[in-house]
Amino acid sequence: MALTIGIPRETAAGEKRVATVPEVVEKLVKLGFKVAVESGAGDGANCSDDTYRAAGAEIIVGAPQLWAASDIVFKVTVPASAEVDLMREGGTLIGFIWPAQNPELMKQLAAKKATVLAIDCLPRMLSRAQKMDALTSQAGVAGYRAVIEAANAFGRFFNGQITAAGKVPPAKVFIAGAGVAGLAAIGTAAGLGAIVRANDTRAEVADQVKSLGGEFVKVEYEEEGGGGGGYAKVMSEGFQQAQRDMYAKQAREVDIIITTALIPGKPAPRLITAEMVQSMKPGSVIVDMAAERGGNCELTEPGQAVVKHGVTIIGYTDLNSRLAKQSSTLYGTNLFRLTEELCKTKDGIINVNMEDDAIRGLTVIKDGEVTWPAPAPKLPAAAAKPAAAKPVAAPAAHGHGAGGAPASAGKTAAIFGVAALLFLLIGAYAPAAFLGHFTVFVLACFVGYMVVWNVTPALHTPLMSVTNAISSIIAIGALVQIAPPLASGLDRPDEWIRWLAVVGITLTAVNMFGGFAVTKRMLSMFRK
Amino acid sequence: MSASLATVSYIGAIILFILSLGGLSNPESSRRGNLYGMIGMAIAVLATVFGPRVSAAGIPWIIAAMVVGGSVGLYAARKVQMTQMPELVALMHSMVGLAACLVGYANYIDPMAALNLTSAEKGIHEIEIYLGILIGAVTFSGSLIAFGKLSGKIGGKPLLLPGRHFMNLLGLLVVIAFGWQFLHAEAVSAGMIGLAVMTVIALLFGIHMVMAIGGADMPVVVSMLNSYSGWAAAATGFMLNNDLLIVTGALVGSSGAILSYIMCRAMNRNFISVIAGGFGSGGGKPAKKADGDGQPAGEVVSISAVETAELLREAKSVIIVPGYGMAVAQAQHTVYEITKLLREKGVNVRFGIHPVAGRMPGHMNVLLAEAKVPYDIVMEMDEVNPDFPDTDVAMVIGANDIVNPAAQEEPGSPIAGMPVLEVWKAKTSIMMKRSMATGYAGVENPLFYKENNRMLFGDAKKMLEEVFVALKA
Repeated sequence: MALTIGIPRETAAGEKRVATVPEVVEKLVKLGFKVAVESGAGDGANCSDDTYRAAGAEIIVGAPQLWAASDIVFKVTVPASAEVDLMREGGTLIGFIWPAQNPELMKQLAAKKATVLAIDCLPRMLSRAQKMDALTSQAGVAGYRAVIEAANAFGRFFNGQITAAGKVPPAKVFIAGAGVAGLAAIGTAAGLGAIVRANDTRAEVADQVKSLGGEFVKVEYEEEGGGGGGYAKVMSEGFQQAQRDMYAKQAREVDIIITTALIPGKPAPRLITAEMVQSMKPGSVIVDMAAERGGNCELTEPGQAVVKHGVTIIGYTDLNSRLAKQSSTLYGTNLFRLTEELCKTKDGIINVNMEDDAIRGLTVIKDGEVTWPAPAPKLPAAAAKPAAAKPVAAPAAHGHGAGGAPASAGKTAAIFGVAALLFLLIGAYAPAAFLGHFTVFVLACFVGYMVVWNVTPALHTPLMSVTNAISSIIAIGALVQIAPPLASGLDRPDEWIRWLAVVGITLTAVNMFGGFAVTKRMLSMFRK
Repeated sequence: MSASLATVSYIGAIILFILSLGGLSNPESSRRGNLYGMIGMAIAVLATVFGPRVSAAGIPWIIAAMVVGGSVGLYAARKVQMTQMPELVALMHSMVGLAACLVGYANYIDPMAALNLTSAEKGIHEIEIYLGILIGAVTFSGSLIAFGKLSGKIGGKPLLLPGRHFMNLLGLLVVIAFGWQFLHAEAVSAGMIGLAVMTVIALLFGIHMVMAIGGADMPVVVSMLNSYSGWAAAATGFMLNNDLLIVTGALVGSSGAILSYIMCRAMNRNFISVIAGGFGSGGGKPAKKADGDGQPAGEVVSISAVETAELLREAKSVIIVPGYGMAVAQAQHTVYEITKLLREKGVNVRFGIHPVAGRMPGHMNVLLAEAKVPYDIVMEMDEVNPDFPDTDVAMVIGANDIVNPAAQEEPGSPIAGMPVLEVWKAKTSIMMKRSMATGYAGVENPLFYKENNRMLFGDAKKMLEEVFVALKA
């Protein structure tokens, strides 16, 4: 029996996203599922009930009815306690859960004997999991929106212009934290024409920053900041001091600061102090993407845009809802990819396979049993393998005769020696007439060698067919035998020779005409 | 026409032949190159027919033979499918080989040929006849078997007789022994025995040599036989004291030898052992396979034609890697339709051709050219390999060993060191294949298990047509 996927209307205040969009509904239906959508669920994301209906979903009025009808519920935000109450006993819930921050919710869900897949618990280092990584897709949207919000609040152009009315300098944007959101912000700001600088405690992202058109600003202090799983960790005091100096310097220079620094399970690090804000030029903008977790800036007021010391500080926590359609589409696709993994048989039944690293990580409650936190996924062992295998590589390559390398001196000497001996023998025994032909032969070999190396590999087949046609020159041999002017007095088996020659000519004529004709046909097909 | 005039015509023909091969250095000049070849051949034949060594009595015979042979050749050239080119070329090689044999025999029984020769010269002349027939016979039978294998009339599996190297060696000794006997034969009829025995052994050797070679090694074999047919012509030239034949034979011979060398290098095989027909290195393979690392880890992700179309539609840059499977499925025209559609959408589509893709050198290029793919987007392996990391989708159509990462990653693999197209470096690679079966080399392909690889199972043509329909929709 095909399961029903339910899409309730998000209940959190100001939340405009929806867990799936009509385009994705079609795909879910193709996987064999039935899809039920609460009436009005997609309104905030410009998806009307009618479009859902057209995509094959059933529209159900009222949250209780929808939850009752659904075997699987797709949610965006963490479900409210009231929503969990509506949930069917033993149902499945997929969405953001943040089990570490919401122990009460976990208990409530476990009591419902539910199976819960927390999209925020996805093991992100599995490349296979990337297509389901909703944190990444949502962060990317938020990063984009942060730049747009900054541009909106900023009183000048982003790109430098030289107009009839004078020169406009480009805006300088500093982005703290080059995670997914930061990188999206770098790309967006650079696309608008601003000068973009970025910093991250993880030095390895410098190349990514550059690739998006940003400039990586280093903190003058040696410490590695990768905290596993693509997140940053808390840094030492010395580093933090150096980092503060760098931020202070950037604050004085730039027009816009976008901060994205988050450390898992901890309040957001304070990067921008009140003094730094004060030191900024009037009219500057700070977008604090970490506002929800306390903010990277001391003066941030979560959910608000405020002006302090002449600087607009934007602390919106609903950047994704401000781009609801895009966020919902990406989120819906992430969940669809996850559903694909759960339903490999494409028959509308899910199988929560705990052997699968990705699914094991996602599953925080299985049939009422809390399975969070998941054990660390086995890292692919392949990484170590090439290193171990390397020493073997060298002798193996040698055994194959080292393709392009020039032959060793000994080998060359041996070849020359053999050639010299051969020539000596020929010189000693062969008659003069033969040597003339032999000279021609050797030179022709070299000419052929030189000419053929220039042939482009694309024309190797025509080369073969044309050399094939040319090798029918052997017909000359048959031609001179067929009826030469006879010297008198010889007993020549004319009949035999003539027939041999005639057959020879016929065979070579096939080659001669056929070879050139087919080459011509082939070459005429090569065109730009 | 005087003898001098004929010689001068021959020199003209030689120059034209060299220009003809030189013209193939790029597709623009190649058409003119082919024309040079035809003119050269016409001059050579006319100069001979009207030269001092053919009397008027022979002309009707010559015309008759030319008309019969020529019309067969032209008919075949018009009818042949581009996927059948390897067969046609192999068949044509066999004709050159047979013609060399016949000319050799005719020359031997012709008392005129050895007239006025000193004893040393006569000895050399007989060696030339012997060698000419030997090479001709090997080329003839070898090419016939190659033709059979390529056209599927004979199974593609290598036939490995026990002690085959020993048999070959024995054959060589017998050939040398009868050669000795042949050289010391007093009369033509006495020498004939040695000649006949040698011919039979040479024919058997040719059959045996090619039978021992598997399907994917055919590019080497075809170019090697191309080379042999050149050497046969050169040997005939020595026999007849004809420089035109010697030069042309040498040109063709070295051309074929270079091609086989290029093919060998592309497969990381030893050139010398191939030229000698000694594919002995193949014997070590099964043993190596057994101690391999076993199954590559990871899972195989399959994909549908519709999803493939989606991937292609969203890609900015696509590299298509065709292999013999595309030729078998006759899918090149559909590939072109897809290419055209994607290019109209502004997608940068290119083709990456491995030197040994297909059954003869340059086979894929000809197929794509037939399907009207412009040749400037058809790249060589070395040209596209650096571009894979910037490529969104790499689509492999009916190829396997030439995209096997094991060649670079696993030193113990039988194909280690073979240059391959690095499709796994693309963001996504799509492998179109009938099944999970291994390629010719019998090596597991770890590419199937890579995380960014998708398998599109099914007949290449059918799947591509579905992709095309989905793309158009």
